[in-house]
Amino acid sequence: MKGYIVINKEICKECHLCISVCNRDCISPSTEYNLKGYHPVFYNDNGKCNGCGLCATICPDVAIEVYRER
Amino acid sequence: MKKIFSRPKSLKDAPFHYCPGCGHSIAHRLICEVIDELDIRGIAIGVPPAGCAVLAYNYLDIDMIESPHGRGPAMATGIKRMLPDRVVFSYQGDGDLAAIGIAESFHAANRGENITVIFINNAVYGMTGGQLAPTTTMGQRTTTSPLGRTRELEGYPVQVCELLSGLRGTTYIERCAVNTPANIMKTRRAIKKAFEYQMDNKGFTLVEILSPCPTNWKMSSVEACKWISDVMTKEFPLGVMKDIPSAQEKKAVAAHD
Repeated sequence: MKGYIVINKEICKECHLCISVCNRDCISPSTEYNLKGYHPVFYNDNGKCNGCGLCATICPDVAIEVYRER
Repeated sequence: MKKIFSRPKSLKDAPFHYCPGCGHSIAHRLICEVIDELDIRGIAIGVPPAGCAVLAYNYLDIDMIESPHGRGPAMATGIKRMLPDRVVFSYQGDGDLAAIGIAESFHAANRGENITVIFINNAVYGMTGGQLAPTTTMGQRTTTSPLGRTRELEGYPVQVCELLSGLRGTTYIERCAVNTPANIMKTRRAIKKAFEYQMDNKGFTLVEILSPCPTNWKMSSVEACKWISDVMTKEFPLGVMKDIPSAQEKKAVAAHD
């Protein structure tokens, strides 16, 4: 595992832009609800995340934190 | 593991009120990242617009003063003339800058005021419910152009960057987008460059940002980002329209060689 992300599900608004830019299927839609009534995405820990940060770059709500091995 | 991306320090810890997939929040974050990087949080003064971003002062942790509709550049002019050591920027949407505020924007640019204008172009009036804006693209359906924009009824979209780069007062004008990670990084560089030029007293700088509005375009967020690349950039081509300092630098280097 080269990296991982942490998603703040309370501020996720289910726009799914992060899913559209992730090349490694590391983020998936969910069916649970957050306090605002959206279905937040969740980090699909498949061991492929390399901490590229594309999801965090495009996330409009700054809901994603990225960690990478250095 | 090292944290490589998190919330910028000058962005308040408040959830955005914008719709899912809105480009305003990306632009706010980029401005905050640049402010942190240049370490100008104490001297930056922002002027938010009327429009969706009217509550920008709830998110940016810097000094901000709300301006009357469209009068951002006029207010920024006053602030900059009184406090020339501050970094003053006006943040405006397309209804604010290209419709009601075109006179103020045009003349502030023509005077070459040493301010930065961040211009968010989402091709509709967002806050009031998706009416036709001056920047609506040809054929685009809005609530006030249900059959699509036509030349006979509404005329052509206003290309603000091309219009203002014809003025001798402007220094740096670039059009960017926030629909892909690559374009977002380019936008960040453009905002940084504009602020740096302002700090070096180079003159009027404007960064236009093509921004998705999924709610009023009646698309999903992903489709809206794709629509920017497929349709909007044909009407509003991306790139640097005018960059006098860098052109002068290149000329000086060529002359030196």
